[in-house]
Amino acid sequence: MGAGHGGGLAAAYVPGDSPVHRLEPHTKLVAVLTFALVVVATPVHAGWAPLAYAGFLLLLLTVAGVARVRPGRLLRGLVVEVPFVLFAVLLPFVSRGPRTDVLGLSLSESGLAAGGSILAKATLSVLAATLLAATTDARGLLRGLERLRLPTVLVQILSFMIRYTDVVGGELRRMQVARESRGFRGRHLGALKVLGPAAGSLFIRSYERGERVHLAMLSRGYTGRLPSGPVAVAGGRAWATALSLPLAAVAVLAGGSLLG
Amino acid sequence: MSTPTPSLLVDDLAFAYPDGHQALYGVDLRLEPGERVALLGPNGAGKTTLVLHLNGILRGGRGRVEVAGLPVEDRNLPEVRRRVGIVFQDPDDQLFMPTVGEDVAFGPRNLGLPEAEVARRVADALAAVDMADAADRPPHHLSFGQRRRVAVATVLSMQPEVLVLDEPSSNLDPAGRRELAEVLQALPITLLMVTHDLPYALQLCPRSVVLDGGVVVADGTTRELLADPELLAAHRLELPFGFDPRAVS
Repeated sequence: MGAGHGGGLAAAYVPGDSPVHRLEPHTKLVAVLTFALVVVATPVHAGWAPLAYAGFLLLLLTVAGVARVRPGRLLRGLVVEVPFVLFAVLLPFVSRGPRTDVLGLSLSESGLAAGGSILAKATLSVLAATLLAATTDARGLLRGLERLRLPTVLVQILSFMIRYTDVVGGELRRMQVARESRGFRGRHLGALKVLGPAAGSLFIRSYERGERVHLAMLSRGYTGRLPSGPVAVAGGRAWATALSLPLAAVAVLAGGSLLG
Repeated sequence: MSTPTPSLLVDDLAFAYPDGHQALYGVDLRLEPGERVALLGPNGAGKTTLVLHLNGILRGGRGRVEVAGLPVEDRNLPEVRRRVGIVFQDPDDQLFMPTVGEDVAFGPRNLGLPEAEVARRVADALAAVDMADAADRPPHHLSFGQRRRVAVATVLSMQPEVLVLDEPSSNLDPAGRRELAEVLQALPITLLMVTHDLPYALQLCPRSVVLDGGVVVADGTTRELLADPELLAAHRLELPFGFDPRAVS
């Protein structure tokens, strides 16, 4: 459960006042999504693919530079990618087809290409998402999603998740401190017998809290939809700025396929 | 009518939960406009059940509840919930929106008020609880006492007829307790305060009602009720060690 470390969600955001920070969240969401689609659309087996990937990376680094997001922050964003990396590393070993020798290991050529491109595409997409998270606070993202007509129920669930991550995380920590204060050390398998019920009681507490929150909402006239505040309108200029990232990526792609 | 309409009228209210547990056996209560009343009683006396009837969360038993003359019925629920502002015990249950300002705006927006009016109400409500500069902060960055005061603001923004507080002083440090008392004392509003904190009741509420076993067993000035050791003992109410209600001016 990622709730253990306090402010896990808030920590993704790097406060700032760059042009990227100031863009309306929904334009950034659309830009990142289209950028990822363009990246994914890059043909795997084209000879110029590595060049295109380098071009995409250059675009992202430019955005990061404008937004003043440090490289360290970008690298930390890549942690979520680790499971995909493992998968990509396996591919050259398990794929069939013509083989080639690399450092004495016999690897599949198509596996190498496929693994490499999974790695490159995932990395680029995650970097773009990291940039989005670093330049848009959680609340802005929610408003953006709402603006893009994501079903209200989903937006509400996300909003409650953001609000209560720290509350539930706090409960989890207090339970942990109470356990350890009575000499509990969760370092062996037998600890599961203790941790299981603890997780259960945390679930029940959260469920009961959910009921109390619902009661408090009803008491203030809740009728099934969260009222939203004034809607931000993004002008043509904001859209143009935001979409310059995916458009530049399309240009890289087009350039590659014309020259290659 | 010769007498003014009461802010809150509870008439012969009885209620049993679906599992058969009878919580209220015929409660009568009348709060005049501007009155500040403490609702005292041991755990399990039916205080919370009574409170949840005041804005129609619980219904379907015997008797009736009226808020400023408006009966608590299905068709009146939106207006009833505007008129009765309940502040629940745990501010983390009450504050569910990402920022303080949005939370205080939640009620007014549910009422369908125009944005300019919502903004004005949010500013007024936050100013009334001395939290005017907190609008853009997330609730979890506030101290417990600040969150409790913001929770009060979330219902003040609906401009209620009656403010109902469930254990307002619980878990507050002495300074937070005093700050909340100052805020509550300055509010020109009918107030019903559920509490175990008898000195707090004496400080804020001239009148007290004792609920036990689902009925009102005493109703009078807080000072007299607290000076009656037999009454207190009979209903598991206890003054803090060394506290003498007659010595408080």
